[in-house]
Amino acid sequence: MTDQLAAAAEASPPKLIIEGVSKRFQARRREVQALDHISLSVADREVVCLVGPSGCGKSTLLDIIAGLTKPDAGTVLADGQEVLGPGRKRLMMFQEPALFPWLTALGNVMFGLKLDPAFSNAQRRDTAHHYLGLVGLDNFANAHVHELSGGMKQRVALARALAPDPKILLMDEPFAALDAMTRDQLYADLQDIFEKTHKTVLFVTHNVREAACLGDRVLLMSPRPGRIERSFRVDLHRPRDTNDAALSGHVAEIARALKASFASEAAA
Amino acid sequence: MRRAAAVVAFFAGLVALWSVAAASGRWSPVLLPSPASVAEYLWSATLDGTLPEAAWVTGRRLLVGYFIGVAIGLPLGLMTSASRMLEDTLGALALGLQTLPSVCWVPLALLWFGQSEGAMLFVVVMGTMWSVIIATAHGARNIPPIYARAARTMGSKGFHKWTRVILPASLPFLVTGMKQGWAFAWRSLMAAEIFVTILSGFGLGQILHYGRELNAMDQVIGVMLVIVVIGLVADRLLFSPWESFLHRRWGTNPTR
Repeated sequence: MTDQLAAAAEASPPKLIIEGVSKRFQARRREVQALDHISLSVADREVVCLVGPSGCGKSTLLDIIAGLTKPDAGTVLADGQEVLGPGRKRLMMFQEPALFPWLTALGNVMFGLKLDPAFSNAQRRDTAHHYLGLVGLDNFANAHVHELSGGMKQRVALARALAPDPKILLMDEPFAALDAMTRDQLYADLQDIFEKTHKTVLFVTHNVREAACLGDRVLLMSPRPGRIERSFRVDLHRPRDTNDAALSGHVAEIARALKASFASEAAA
Repeated sequence: MRRAAAVVAFFAGLVALWSVAAASGRWSPVLLPSPASVAEYLWSATLDGTLPEAAWVTGRRLLVGYFIGVAIGLPLGLMTSASRMLEDTLGALALGLQTLPSVCWVPLALLWFGQSEGAMLFVVVMGTMWSVIIATAHGARNIPPIYARAARTMGSKGFHKWTRVILPASLPFLVTGMKQGWAFAWRSLMAAEIFVTILSGFGLGQILHYGRELNAMDQVIGVMLVIVVIGLVADRLLFSPWESFLHRRWGTNPTR
């Protein structure tokens, strides 16, 4: 898988190129450099995890890639096109499921599809059912949001993000609020889904084990100013499990670097 | 089943108490008519068409005024929620005028519109509009920002965003606000009808007023009952579907 990926990365241009992106925020009376000249590129079908302490600008970076926030400097190129605003080619999943309670599970998955005039209503319905099935919830198509468990809600949110067939999936700590068992099941399903749907994924988390389990590459970000400090390649077979012995070495290495970054931050 | 029985027993008990009090002879029948005589009035006034016609006149004024009030208040409320400027201006005005008891609009309406349907309509619209503006603005401002963000990533903006995301997301607040607007409209219309005789149609308020003039207590109590019943029925018809939709979808207060 990863060999293919490396080959593919050399063969085709990167799916996502982030070039010298900076962003400042005006916090109370002082300016915070949220992102400082971030550059990175993500190959087609690559899964890149961004790890770092809270406040290092991970979420801001995702917002910029999604087109929800404008950078102060730098550019984002998705499929060679400059990102100027939100678009269905790059869809985002949040820590909260952010499902709309006035719609059923199916209605939520259809929301993005309805904004695409290329589909007929029957096609939208079929597509939505297909993606609900992919996340294992087709039996819950007519369920109301409040009837779903936390894990199921995130599954529906994943189906909603997948349904318009974005090339790039941006995930902002989507599993942070779930219990460990639910998360482990989701890691397995997620790897399967990434494989089947050929997505390029940028996944933000503060959970090192999660990052090593899901990512082809793990990028360590440092806070204030937000920079990419180190990059780790995780060359392990998929599907991976968080309890794999082989994973532990990577986890320990990344965790050590994270700790060191924390220490230097505290000393500064 | 037991609940229904309890309801019947409660109201039967009230009527029985009333009968006993009326039959005791302590109070003059002019001041406290028996339930039977009130029922007799209701029956005869229904048969001769007075009550149905008055209920129709009042209901039409109320519905027309209420829907105009909502039709103006809803978009204004949404706009108010979106603009700091409008919030400081229109929002403040709405808040101020909402605290004004709507019956206070009656003298102004009379001078502006004369004794006409227009005056009635104006009072009802004023009673409805301001509370709808406030509830809508409040609701739209308080929806979780994550909904708007999620919708934006999927390409929802402009008209679609307002009608498919912000409006439904603020529904819980909206229904509360529309209910309040309805209550205000109903009260203001009754006040206006009691104060003002309008020749284009006798409403329930006017019949109530003439009941007093004629010292016909059975008429006064009978019309009051009709007003209560109309209020209850309107609440069921207009708002219950929305409320049960909210309970079902938002999961608040399930299966009542």
